[in-house]
Amino acid sequence: MSELDLIQTLSHEEIQAIEIEIAHLPDRASAAIDALLIVQEHRGWVSDESLDAIARLLEMSPADLDSIATFYNLIYRKPVGRHVIMVCDSVSCYVMGCDKLCRQMEDKLGVKMGQTTPDDRFTLLPIVCLGACDRAPVMQIDEELIGPVAGDQLDQVLGRFE
Amino acid sequence: MAIITVDGQTFDVQEGHNLLQACLTHKLDLPYFCWHPAMGSVGACRQCAVIQYQDEDDERGRLVMACMTLAVDGTRISIEAGQAKEFRASVIEWLMENHPHDCPVCEEGGECHLQDMTVMTGHTTRRYRGQKRTFRNQYLGPFIGHEMNRCITCFRCVRYYHDYAGGDDLQAFGSRTRMFFGRESDGVLENEFAGNLVEVCPTGVFTDKPFSQTYTRKWDLQSAPSICPGCAVGCNTLPGARYGLLKRVHNRYHSDVNGYFLCDRGRFGSHFVNADARIRRAGVRAEDGVFEEIAIEDASVRLSEVLGQGDVIGIGSPRASLEANFALKSLVGEDNFVAGVADNENRLNELMVSIYRESGAHIPTLTDVEAADAVLVLGEDVLNTAPRVALALRQSVRNLSLEMATNAGIPEWQDAGVRGHAQDALNPLFIASIAPTRIDDIAADTLHGTPDVLAEAGFAIAHQIDSAFVAVELFNDVNNFVDAAVKALSEAKRPLIVSGTGCGSAALMQAAANIAWALKGRGGEAALLLTGQEANSTGVTLLGADLDLGSALRKLSTGDVKNVIVLENDLYRRAPAASVDAALDKADNVIVLDVLETPTIERATMVLPAAAYAESTGTFVNYEGRAQRFYQVFEADGATRPAWRYLTDAAKLAGRNDLRWDHVDEVVRACAGTDNLKGIQDVAPTADYRGRANLRIPRETHRASGRTAMHAHLNVHEPKTTVDEETPFSYSMEGLNGDQPGSLIPYVWSPGWNSNQSIFKFQQEVAGSLQGGEVGVRLLDVSANGTGLQNRFRDPPETDSGSTTADGMRLLPLYSIFGSDELSGFSPPIIERSSGPQLVLNPGEAHQLGLTVGGGVKSPGLGSFEVCVSSEMPRGYAGIVLGMRGSINVLPQDAVELMPDPSLKPKRPLDVIARGH
Amino acid sequence: MDKPLTERIDACGGLVDMAAFEAAEGYATARRAVTEMTPQEIQEIVKEANLRGRGGAGFPTGVKWGFVPKDEHAGAGHKYLVCNADEMEPGTFKDRYLMEYDPHMLIEGMIIGAFAIQADKAYVFLRGEYHESYRLLNNAIAEAKAKGYLGEGIFGSSFDLELAVHRSAGRYICGEETALLNALEGKRAQPRTKPPFPPASGAWGRPTIVNNVETLCNVPAILQNGAEWFQDLGLGEDAGTKIYGVSGRVNNPGLWELPMGTTIREIIEQHAGGMQDGYELRGILPGGASTEFLIEEHFDLPMEYGTIQAAGSRMGTGTMILMDDSICPVDMSRNLQHFFAQESCGFCTPCREGLPWLEQLLLDIEEGRGQPGDLELLETNASLIGAPGNTFCLHATGAIEPLASALKYFREDFEAHIRDGRCPQAGH
Ligand SMILES: Cc1cc2nc3c(=O)[nH]c(=O)nc-3n(C[C@H](O)[C@H](O)[C@H](O)COP(=O)(O)O)c2cc1C
Ligand code: SF4
Ligand code: FES
Repeated sequence: MSELDLIQTLSHEEIQAIEIEIAHLPDRASAAIDALLIVQEHRGWVSDESLDAIARLLEMSPADLDSIATFYNLIYRKPVGRHVIMVCDSVSCYVMGCDKLCRQMEDKLGVKMGQTTPDDRFTLLPIVCLGACDRAPVMQIDEELIGPVAGDQLDQVLGRFE
Repeated sequence: MAIITVDGQTFDVQEGHNLLQACLTHKLDLPYFCWHPAMGSVGACRQCAVIQYQDEDDERGRLVMACMTLAVDGTRISIEAGQAKEFRASVIEWLMENHPHDCPVCEEGGECHLQDMTVMTGHTTRRYRGQKRTFRNQYLGPFIGHEMNRCITCFRCVRYYHDYAGGDDLQAFGSRTRMFFGRESDGVLENEFAGNLVEVCPTGVFTDKPFSQTYTRKWDLQSAPSICPGCAVGCNTLPGARYGLLKRVHNRYHSDVNGYFLCDRGRFGSHFVNADARIRRAGVRAEDGVFEEIAIEDASVRLSEVLGQGDVIGIGSPRASLEANFALKSLVGEDNFVAGVADNENRLNELMVSIYRESGAHIPTLTDVEAADAVLVLGEDVLNTAPRVALALRQSVRNLSLEMATNAGIPEWQDAGVRGHAQDALNPLFIASIAPTRIDDIAADTLHGTPDVLAEAGFAIAHQIDSAFVAVELFNDVNNFVDAAVKALSEAKRPLIVSGTGCGSAALMQAAANIAWALKGRGGEAALLLTGQEANSTGVTLLGADLDLGSALRKLSTGDVKNVIVLENDLYRRAPAASVDAALDKADNVIVLDVLETPTIERATMVLPAAAYAESTGTFVNYEGRAQRFYQVFEADGATRPAWRYLTDAAKLAGRNDLRWDHVDEVVRACAGTDNLKGIQDVAPTADYRGRANLRIPRETHRASGRTAMHAHLNVHEPKTTVDEETPFSYSMEGLNGDQPGSLIPYVWSPGWNSNQSIFKFQQEVAGSLQGGEVGVRLLDVSANGTGLQNRFRDPPETDSGSTTADGMRLLPLYSIFGSDELSGFSPPIIERSSGPQLVLNPGEAHQLGLTVGGGVKSPGLGSFEVCVSSEMPRGYAGIVLGMRGSINVLPQDAVELMPDPSLKPKRPLDVIARGH
Repeated sequence: MDKPLTERIDACGGLVDMAAFEAAEGYATARRAVTEMTPQEIQEIVKEANLRGRGGAGFPTGVKWGFVPKDEHAGAGHKYLVCNADEMEPGTFKDRYLMEYDPHMLIEGMIIGAFAIQADKAYVFLRGEYHESYRLLNNAIAEAKAKGYLGEGIFGSSFDLELAVHRSAGRYICGEETALLNALEGKRAQPRTKPPFPPASGAWGRPTIVNNVETLCNVPAILQNGAEWFQDLGLGEDAGTKIYGVSGRVNNPGLWELPMGTTIREIIEQHAGGMQDGYELRGILPGGASTEFLIEEHFDLPMEYGTIQAAGSRMGTGTMILMDDSICPVDMSRNLQHFFAQESCGFCTPCREGLPWLEQLLLDIEEGRGQPGDLELLETNASLIGAPGNTFCLHATGAIEPLASALKYFREDFEAHIRDGRCPQAGH
């Protein structure tokens, strides 16, 4: 990939944001996770093309970067919907009925956990304890924490995310 | 030394070792997976659990991982304790949850470390009720097969490929119980040492792909100790054969040469032995120009008749055994013998030997290379000409890390700890080469230029270290490189200079010698590694030849001499085609003894089928002057015989009394009469060697399926086995493999250890020397006082200002691990992996000449090449990858004209065939 | 002042911004520490105060700081202070609270901590889902920088400190301090072997201290009020206050800063408002998902390190999860093992392969497919996986703690499942 391809694959904004992270760190490769998150913020997920471009920017091989990317559950190596719904399934939420909440969400969206609605609006994912156990059962849609969630509020809640 | 107690028995162990090393050194059966003798411990598999007791009174003890626990004096442990056994059995049970029960169809079956450990720990009954996870396999190129479902997540593959061999296209992906080991997407594994994955993986995930195609169980392979014919390093190998085919090559451990690892040329290049182009019958050219088969006996008669006709020129070969070369030299006489190497290369080989001889510098083994703490590579692209050296250099740069770790109290074997602590701290490695090399990633600095420029830099370095050495003017950009290299080499405790004949430059090798001498003169240590280009380059040089190839060809073309015998050599690789043509056109008899159909064969009047290395016994001398014996692995098909035998038979018929050798030992004994070669008698025991209970050493395992089975489709009677007069080995399973000298290990096996891991049972200590002594005799270990050497090489090259594109381009030699070597160039997997003939030049000049990258370029008389560019190529020069089949191997001295060749369809490099997983 | 961590938050009724923080004497202690005290003095006070790590293991903080080699032994290069703000222990939600309401308190704690170990670089290792904390911390850092409390020559001294937030990308194992260091270095979060311990060789091979958010937040008040004051805050053996939390079927789930040593019953009944109507309490996980169950007989015990340990569990993070009588202990164990199996880093065999097997056995038992012998299978596997040292890190040990104790305290439930071929509470 040439310099030009790199610029075409990653935006100036992304490259700049990544360079800022690199500045805090002893070497470029140390910014791997930051860089993946930054690109994901801009594009929703990390495609193979993005991954190759980031690897180049960080002076590491695509395999080395993908090894890192595939370790972390918050890096999406497949496309996700416009909104990502994470329903906590850890123990406090379990005690407070998250299994039921998960089923309700699946029914409502017509997809299973881990899937994206056909209109690409939502991706439904299970998540580990969100650190809001006093509000169990909780979920997080994009950056918003929502809980406790009762079944009859779901339409209203989802309605806020187009 | 520390004393430890294992299950009540006391053992002396090496201070600083871990408990697993300690136990294995004492041949105790302690299971393990993730630990590897060359790669250390990470504590991932938890298989090596033992109970450690605090003191005499502690009866409960504590479970520890032997590989992660330092063996200190007074350590008390138990392998047999119930708790430890229960835990180890559980580890296997856990691993087997997902491991397929496919042993009958798995290529690893019968030499599987996981199988061995499963039996050893006693896990038999499946209690896990869940489904096994499955993966999609990847295409990894022509060498390596992939069967991920068999993975037990020991991490050895990435630790070897990525951390040890420096490959960056194989990784661990995912996490928890779904770890995947492979590439980011399908495609060829790029690292030149990928083949070792086959031996490193304890199960059948990474398999030898060519071997899979005509698979045989390890226990059915017939094998014998051998030496790789691929380059001048002389790695020790274990070729395995069955049904008259060479099936595969495995590493044969040598603590000073190849250790545990081979390069892919060596491993996969061996299939030339089975190539269609093999010569299997003797033939003479009839009137109509077509070969007619003749009986071997008749061929010998004809050969003896030729000998009766006066002078015969004998052209030897750096890829033939010392014995064959010696027989030829004896047959044709000193005055008529040619080493069979291109003239310039021959001079360089002689220079190499004389430098070694006079040098006070140490000739390093590969273990010494690994121990170096500052390295200068001067010219030689070792990754492509002597590949195993490059892997050793990769280890040498890690010494700083190891030192930092040691200072921080982290044992060297604690691999993750060392890497975490030292991060990427590397010892200085300086690489001066014509074009970028594939080990530049670990270099502190690189310098690219013509051999003359590199040589000048080398002379300057020597001068800066010791001003008594000749001075040279330098350009600015070269100065930085020189200064940094001088500083690093001067500060080093174990500096190493690497060079060789590959660049075709005497000045380069002289510069390398000067540097080594200068360092040595300062009272320090210095090692100097010079490498020739072929398995026996050093051997033929030591044997010595009075006639050079150019003169020999001239004698033939002028009709001075009418007959020539060519031993395992393609003259078109050694001299310009025109001069070879002129010589052979004129000769009455061109008698070629060879393994493969080369262009020279096309010009022969008589051809005799020579046995390939795996079908014969002989000696190669490697770059360090180490003579090593290779043994016949299997009996060649048809008429094929070792070349020396044709020569001695003909000599006898011709009534010559001086070549009455019937036996390889006799040839060796005679050959040892040569001054330089005295030591070769001590390389290995003679054929009458017998081990314990007066038994021979078997080439077949005692588990081999019977001889009856091999030919059952023809005849159920057991055929008689050949009695081997030549070696201490038997062509059967009868005999004893166990306590013989290291040079005579035909395969590794030990009770309970069917896999190659059993090698530890043959070592004095884990990763140490072989119990029976190390392999080979160094013929060059001469210590000169080294004084006054600064006056030896006083003529640095005068660099020309570079030619301009208009005058034509000067050519520079480049090499490829896959293709530059003649023999492996006939091996199908290597052919698949290699590109076609390539020419590399500066992108600017390519543009000027109207050449496009990936397109064709031709030059009159030289043929066509694929165009490659590198901004590091000096202007006015083009590099040609030498030795590729169908291409040139000797460069013209003069500038040549280059022009586009639109008709050339370059061979597409192997690449991704599918993406994603 | 008996609520050093939350007093300011209570007073503000929400986010404590820079103005409010400084009005309440914020950063004054850090200034004094950096300009008037020696690192050694600070370490001594923290040691004397007996501040123990609030991240779960309870290691004395001052002692840990003392392991950092003094400059002359450290060699050239950086030293690091890393705040563990990964907070992924299920049932734990205290660090989020501190960061979202009083980010400057953490920064002040980190300045003092960094000065005490002479670290010139500090990172907050923040879990990826904590978007609000990320925003607030970055704002607060920018504010502190603007005022010269971070950056070069802070508070006009010669001490430099750069502080940055590293956002994590998920996985529970990142909380384990050596895995955290690998994650911080941008690598896969596989734990590292100890030794070397992080204070000797941590991030990028340099001396590094990893401390929990709550731990570091305690530091300014200790320096401000003295070791003795801090010790006196605790009711029993342990010093200071603790942010205790309760989740589950209580009337008022939440967090409270209470003196160390408050009893379990008091926390549940007085602060969390007791069980909701119709629910009986059967057991608790006292300090997150990786601690052993405690039952009725333990509820009058004070929540402090030693006592809870003596009762067979661990204080952990001090945030308890309540199991009521509507919950099947087998199914809850399955939920827990699902978490731990899923979060295994995959490096070592017992954890990677053993935990999914346990999860599967528990699912079989829960769904009526349990077989005689399954409990023994669970127990032997649990003991082989759970013993510290059998696995590479303590993740698997933590996984086994709730399971082994469930098998002990709720054995009847497990047996009934297998005997009857169904969950007695199924369909409930
Ligand atoms: C699997 C595992 C997960 C952990 N997760 C966290 C965590 O999320 N936050 C935390 O502060 N400590 C966590 N710890 C504890 C840390 O390893 C470490 O002990 C702690 O951060 C030290 O800080 P402290 O001494 O201030 O408590 C975890 C430990 C383990 C074994
Ligand atoms: S592929 Fe083989 S070597 Fe690599 S981790 Fe798996 S079992 Fe080990
Ligand atoms: S992740 Fe630590 S033991 Fe598995």
